[in-house]
Amino acid sequence: MALDKPYLDIPGTTVFDTDQAAKGYHLNQFAMSLMKADNRARFKAGEDAYLDGWPLTGAQKQAVLHRDFNRMIELGGNIYFLAKIGATDGLNYVQIVSSMTENDAEAHTEMMLAGGRSPDGNRYLHEWEGRD
Amino acid sequence: MARITASVYTSHVPAIGVAMDLGKTTEPYYAPLFAGYEPARAWMADNTPDAVVLVFNDHANAFSLEMVPTFALGMSERYEPADEGWGARPVPPVVGHPELSAHIAHSVIRQDFDLTLVNDMAVDHGCTVPLSIMFGQPDAWPCRVVPLVVNVVQYPVPSGRRCLELGRALRRAVESFDEDLDVQVWGTGGMSHQLQGPRAGLINQPWDNAFLERMIHDPEGQAAVEHVEYVREAGSEGIELVMWLVARGAMADLAGGGAPSEVHRLYHVPASNTAVGQLILEDGEAAT
Repeated sequence: MALDKPYLDIPGTTVFDTDQAAKGYHLNQFAMSLMKADNRARFKAGEDAYLDGWPLTGAQKQAVLHRDFNRMIELGGNIYFLAKIGATDGLNYVQIVSSMTENDAEAHTEMMLAGGRSPDGNRYLHEWEGRD
Repeated sequence: MARITASVYTSHVPAIGVAMDLGKTTEPYYAPLFAGYEPARAWMADNTPDAVVLVFNDHANAFSLEMVPTFALGMSERYEPADEGWGARPVPPVVGHPELSAHIAHSVIRQDFDLTLVNDMAVDHGCTVPLSIMFGQPDAWPCRVVPLVVNVVQYPVPSGRRCLELGRALRRAVESFDEDLDVQVWGTGGMSHQLQGPRAGLINQPWDNAFLERMIHDPEGQAAVEHVEYVREAGSEGIELVMWLVARGAMADLAGGGAPSEVHRLYHVPASNTAVGQLILEDGEAAT
């Protein structure tokens, strides 16, 4: 019997559940390796070679190289692991997070100062139908 | 005997720690938030406990995906601040209370909570930012800390009900510890925020404020709220708020005693991507 996952009905949101964790195990463990300064330096010196040391899928590797955080999350990444890739690039959480939205970091910061993204119109998948 | 004197609830946004570490707390962006913290710090200066049971979640720093414990209790004498990728925070090491940890582990596991016991653990912003918020920038933290780490990163996370019950078990554990100690329980994380996907940046001020109100007056009702409501209404990372229920469960009224008294409440938007909340409840009279 399929498990109950009511959170699949929320737009623009991927809940990191055990299925996502299974898909993203190596991607997240690679990102975790960047907690060590030596590994951050090795990664920056040669991203391709560093990534080849991890059993990532081709799609996961491309998503990392392109810093496509939405794609990394779709492929099983979790933001707290992936944030270490952003940290290695010298980015803060606002820069990392805004890259997944319609806004750049400046516009995102403005939105947050104005009270953040409203839940109205953002609760259910059907509310996002017809969006790009 | 040890006694629980109060519970403290606070967001643990990493940017708040960064603002303190880099001396930015008087800049226009942060000044109102830190002014809002002043009453909490003043209260804490007068009510510094001997030990804090600090409930927080690890953010992929102490625990990778190699192991994902639902409830993990720190057993050590000392916990070093983690390097989360930006370098470790320049804050003092967290000094533990191994005897209290051992007592809590024994008591709480006997009450049917299958804790994972951790003897070697770095602590990330989930632990160090609340200490910075409450104590400022001392050379050493003024009390000992027992870290209680809850998985809220990988689903399923423990239910609100389970967290409240853990708080109840924790109270029984602390109250049966022979040493004469004042103990606070801190619940941290939240409030509404979402750090991933096109919906990132979600903030729900009415929901957050209703949560603060229910934490004080209707914790049993809040404990019955399903995960999906937290995610839908307060964002995928807003689920951290279930950890507040551990601290709330440790208050006297949930053990047949008197209601707690609210001594401080703060709500502020934003800090980085997150709505910030803070609450201090002094414990009510113990049941006789």
